[in-house]
Amino acid sequence: MTIKEQQDEIIADFELFGDWMDKYEYIIQLGKELPLIDSQYKIDENLIRGCQSKVWLHADYTGGIMTFTADSDAVITKGLVSLVIKVLSGHTPKEIVDADLYFIDAIGLSSHLSPTRSNGLLSMVKQIKMYALAYQAKSLQS
Amino acid sequence: MHEPVIIKDSNVLDVEKVRKDFPILDTLVFGYPLVYLDNAATTQKPEAVLNAMNEYYHTINSNVHRGVHHLSQLATDAYELARKKIAEYIGAKHAHEIIYTRGTTEAINMVAAIFSRRYLKAGDSILVSGMEHHSNIVPWQMACEERGATLKVIPIDGNGELVLDGLDKLLSEEVKLVSVNYVSNALGTINPVRDIIRAAHRHGIPVMLDAAQAVQHMEVDVQELDVDFLAFSSHKIYGPTGFGVLYGKEEWLNALPPYQGGGEMIKTVSFEKTTYNDLPYKFEAGTPDIAGAIGLGAALDYVQTLGLPAIRQTEHNLMAYAQDALLEIEGLRMIGSSVNRAGVLSFLVGDIHPFDLGEILDKQGIAVRTGHHCAQPIMDLYCIPGTVRASLAFYNTPAEIDRLTAGIKRAVSLLG
Repeated sequence: MTIKEQQDEIIADFELFGDWMDKYEYIIQLGKELPLIDSQYKIDENLIRGCQSKVWLHADYTGGIMTFTADSDAVITKGLVSLVIKVLSGHTPKEIVDADLYFIDAIGLSSHLSPTRSNGLLSMVKQIKMYALAYQAKSLQS
Repeated sequence: MHEPVIIKDSNVLDVEKVRKDFPILDTLVFGYPLVYLDNAATTQKPEAVLNAMNEYYHTINSNVHRGVHHLSQLATDAYELARKKIAEYIGAKHAHEIIYTRGTTEAINMVAAIFSRRYLKAGDSILVSGMEHHSNIVPWQMACEERGATLKVIPIDGNGELVLDGLDKLLSEEVKLVSVNYVSNALGTINPVRDIIRAAHRHGIPVMLDAAQAVQHMEVDVQELDVDFLAFSSHKIYGPTGFGVLYGKEEWLNALPPYQGGGEMIKTVSFEKTTYNDLPYKFEAGTPDIAGAIGLGAALDYVQTLGLPAIRQTEHNLMAYAQDALLEIEGLRMIGSSVNRAGVLSFLVGDIHPFDLGEILDKQGIAVRTGHHCAQPIMDLYCIPGTVRASLAFYNTPAEIDRLTAGIKRAVSLLG
C-alpha cells in the first residue's frame, strides 16, 4: 500500500466515528497495536522530547526499506504515533521524505501537530523525516 | 504542618448572578457548555473590564504625560487613577511605589536585574523556594550566574509545604535577597510568608513576593506584610493580559538603578549625562500599556465590589466541595495536600498520564491544565511527569465540579 493509500484508508476509518469519544477509543486501541520499540532502543538517545509526553523512536533500514518502532508514556500520543508509523513504515527513504501527511488534518487531529501542543508528535514526524533524509543521502552516495 | 486558616466570614457570592458578568462562560466547547477550570493560568474578564478598555479607546485614547492637549490629560488622569486603585488594593503607602510592568515575570526580572547590578557580588546568594514557578527561579539564576553568586533553595516536604526549620541557618550573611511565592501555582499551597519575611528581616535581608496566585484569592496588604517587593499579573485577577505590577518600598525603589532607558524615565538628557525621572517613572521607559492599566483598575474595582471576603469564602466552599468530590474517584491522588490552599487542585489518577486525562476532559468541554505548570523542580520532587490541575475562580459552580468528576470517570473508563 502506498503512503497515500494508507492515509486514505485511515481517513475512511475515522469517518465511521460519530463523536470524539469513539475516535479516541480507536486511537487508544491503535496505541496498543503499536509495533513496540525493543527495550534495548528505549534509551535517552532515542527519546523525542515533547513538553508533556515522551516518545521513543527507533528506525531500521534494511533492503532499501525503513521500518519504525516506537513507544510513548501517554496512551493517546502512543495511538497517534502508531498512526504515523502505520503510514510511513515500510517505505523507501525517498517516499518518506516526499510524503505529505495530510491525514492528520483530515481526521481532525491537526492540533496535535501544532508546535504549541508540545506532545512530541510534531517532533516525531520531523525525526522520522530526518532519518529518511539521512538514509536517502547515504543511498545516493553509494 | 502549618495551622489551618479558619475563615469566619460566612458571606458568599450569588454565583449564578456573578456568572452573567462573564460573557465567555456561555461558550460551547465541542458541543458542551464550557467548564473553565484553568483560572490559575488566566482568569476570564468581566464585562466591566471589557467596557472600561473599550471606552478608553473609543473616547480618550492618547499618549500619557506628554501632550498638553485635552485627551492626553484625560488619558493621563485615567492611567494614574488606576495606579491609585492598585496602591489601595495592596495597601501600599504611596501610589508611586506601584511600577507598571508587563506582568509578574517582567517584574521579577526587573528586580533580579537591577538589584543584582547594585547589590549582588561574587560569593553572595539569593534564596528562593523549592516550589517556585520558573519565573521566580530563572531570573535569579541568570543574575547569580552573571555575578558569580549562588542560588539557594528552601526545601519542601511531601505535603507540598515549605520546610522552614532550617530557614534561619539558610539566611546566612551571604544571602542578599529572598524571593518566594505567596501561593504555589502548581500545588495551591499558601505559604507562611509572614514568618519568612520576619526571619529575613531579622537578618536585614529584603524579601520579594511573587503574589501572582494570591491577590485574586485573598487580601494582601504590603504594609502589614512589611514586604519589600511584590509582583502580580493583571490577567490572573480578571484584568487584561500583558500587564502587571511591581510594588517596591519607596526607599528600595529610590536606591535601585533604572531598568531600561528611554522616554518617560528621564528628567534631562544630554550626550554627557542623563538624569532620571522620579518614581515611578524612573522604571517606566517608553509608552506604556495605558489600556492595560485602565483595565486592571476596572478589574480591581470589580473584585472590590464583590468583596474579597465573600470571594474567599465562596472559593473556599467550592475548594472543599471539589476536594471531597475528587477524592471519591478511585485511584485519584492529590499532589500537594497542604491544609492551606487557594484555588488549585493538582492531581493524578492511577498511572494515567496527565496529558491523556487533560485531552479527554478537553473533548468534554472541560478546560484544565496538564503538565509541569512551569514548576519542574516540584514535579521532579514527586517523581511525576506532571499533574492535572483544576484551578478555581469564584464564578465556578458545584455543578461544574460534578462535570469535572464525571469527565474524569469517563476518561478513566476509556484510558484505564
